[in-house]
Amino acid sequence: MTQHEIEQVYEALAEGIDRAAPEAPELYLARVCLLLARELPSVEAALAAIAAAQTA
Amino acid sequence: MRPAGRADTASLYFTYPQFAAPEGAARAGLARDVAVAIVGAGPVGMVAALTLAQQGIASVLIEAKDSFNDGSRAICIARQSYAILDSLGVVAPFLEKSLGWTTGRSFYRGRQILEFHMPDGPEEKFRPMYNLEQQFIEAYLWQAIEANPLIETRWQSRLEGIEIDEAGARLTVADPEGSYSFHADWVLAADGARSVVRSQLGLRLQGQNFEGRYVIADVQMDHDYPTIRRALFDPACRPGATVLIHRQPDNIWRIDYQLGDDEDPAEAVREEVVRDSVAAVLAEIGHTGPWELEWWSIYSANTLALDDYRKGPVIFIGDSAHIVPIFGVRGLNNGIADAHNIGWKLGHVLTGKAGAALIDSYTPERRGATLDVFANASKSARFMTPPTRGWQILRDAALGLALTHPFAGELANPRQMTPFTYAESPAVLPDDPGFAAGPAPGAAMIEARVGAGFLSDRLARGGFTLVCFDPALARAVEALPDAPAVACLPWPSAAADRLGAGQGAAYLVRPDLHVGARWPAATAETVRAALDTLCFREV
Repeated sequence: MTQHEIEQVYEALAEGIDRAAPEAPELYLARVCLLLARELPSVEAALAAIAAAQTA
Repeated sequence: MRPAGRADTASLYFTYPQFAAPEGAARAGLARDVAVAIVGAGPVGMVAALTLAQQGIASVLIEAKDSFNDGSRAICIARQSYAILDSLGVVAPFLEKSLGWTTGRSFYRGRQILEFHMPDGPEEKFRPMYNLEQQFIEAYLWQAIEANPLIETRWQSRLEGIEIDEAGARLTVADPEGSYSFHADWVLAADGARSVVRSQLGLRLQGQNFEGRYVIADVQMDHDYPTIRRALFDPACRPGATVLIHRQPDNIWRIDYQLGDDEDPAEAVREEVVRDSVAAVLAEIGHTGPWELEWWSIYSANTLALDDYRKGPVIFIGDSAHIVPIFGVRGLNNGIADAHNIGWKLGHVLTGKAGAALIDSYTPERRGATLDVFANASKSARFMTPPTRGWQILRDAALGLALTHPFAGELANPRQMTPFTYAESPAVLPDDPGFAAGPAPGAAMIEARVGAGFLSDRLARGGFTLVCFDPALARAVEALPDAPAVACLPWPSAAADRLGAGQGAAYLVRPDLHVGARWPAATAETVRAALDTLCFREV
């Protein structure tokens, strides 16, 4: 994914959170994560991303 | 604002001159008709006057104040602005005093997450950015204005009214001796964000106000850090906020810090509060020596513009036409480009080199540039000052990830200004698909090494230039009536490569250093026809 495409995702997520309000952002983001996980080639890739986000 | 006990112009490093209102014999001519009046002798108005003078057009510059603007204000001048100043023949003192820079560093909670380098190299005549306090910018432009017999400056002369008529506009001006009116065929409104011309004509800026407020404070100190712009996100000294630090000449450092939503702006600009805030930032960056507070101010991030930059004979340039967030340093730089753009066009029309329709290309070109700035600056502003919960969460997430994932740090890249491409301008010809490289029509001409100098040294000052590589074509174009300047470059050469040019190719460069047209195989006839079209000549 190019940097420009990453920016597109960044902006879509920010606007998505605002559109989901007043629902809590974590619910919306958790749905996004589950949907994205379904697109990944393996469970390992999903678990690795989940672990990587923990340390940041 | 300045510390208690110091006058508005009592600077630690700059002596403000005092300019008198017109007096004695000069007053006899105050009410005479003029071709061009420029309202506002800030940097934008002065660039407009110099550009017109280069075209051979006299102007009257009126300014309400008796000196230059107070404080360092716009401190970052971009490469393209230096190219414009060079083309006006005034860049030398700027180069001598300013600090060129290429690098920025961003920090999150004290740890560096990004170092960016703006494009630079030996083929570039100027660095991507220069830091220089605005007083010097104005002083160096003033040196050239003062020496130019085509420019009459009237200080302490406040515009009180303007009325458009069939032949131009009538301006009413008040100075310490009294008030008078005079007629101008054209008026350039360079009177800033609170433009009197704009409000007198009943025009309003349209757009958005962002919530974020920043205090900018200058301090003088011996501080050992190169000319690298630093951005501190969520620093210990101001949790949740963003701080920017810039080095300026004369040991002056710009500290630019965001106010929290709960901070009262009136309280935030009290001297003791500013001192405490600055001291906290300096402690964070490890400065332990003495420092002296020079000047401070407050601003908010706005994206506001006029729908049309022209109303009859009145043309808006700089902040009177558009107000942009400072992230990306586009305020002054776009004002300079506005002034240069309208300057050559009005000059060409008034000297009969172009048809009046050329003026109509000003708004689409420069308003287009403003909208592009808005798109980029809004992105930067959303990162620096997230406007909603969603943007705040994503920004903080990106900063957190950036410590371990460089791609996320790139989201903090401020996208410093690059010149806008006038892709859909009526004063630019459609591109020729025969080029694989080089700037398309509408884009700023690129720089390149040519012999011991640079390509830009070979461009006409104030006129069109044909850049070509075939001596026979050069001779044929030079023989045209009203021929443009011709820069015939060696072929093959590095410059030809950068321009994607075969030996028969040619670029027609406008007086504002933007490409007007290009051809893989040019003839004198196509060049002549293009000049007619670009200048809206009745043939």
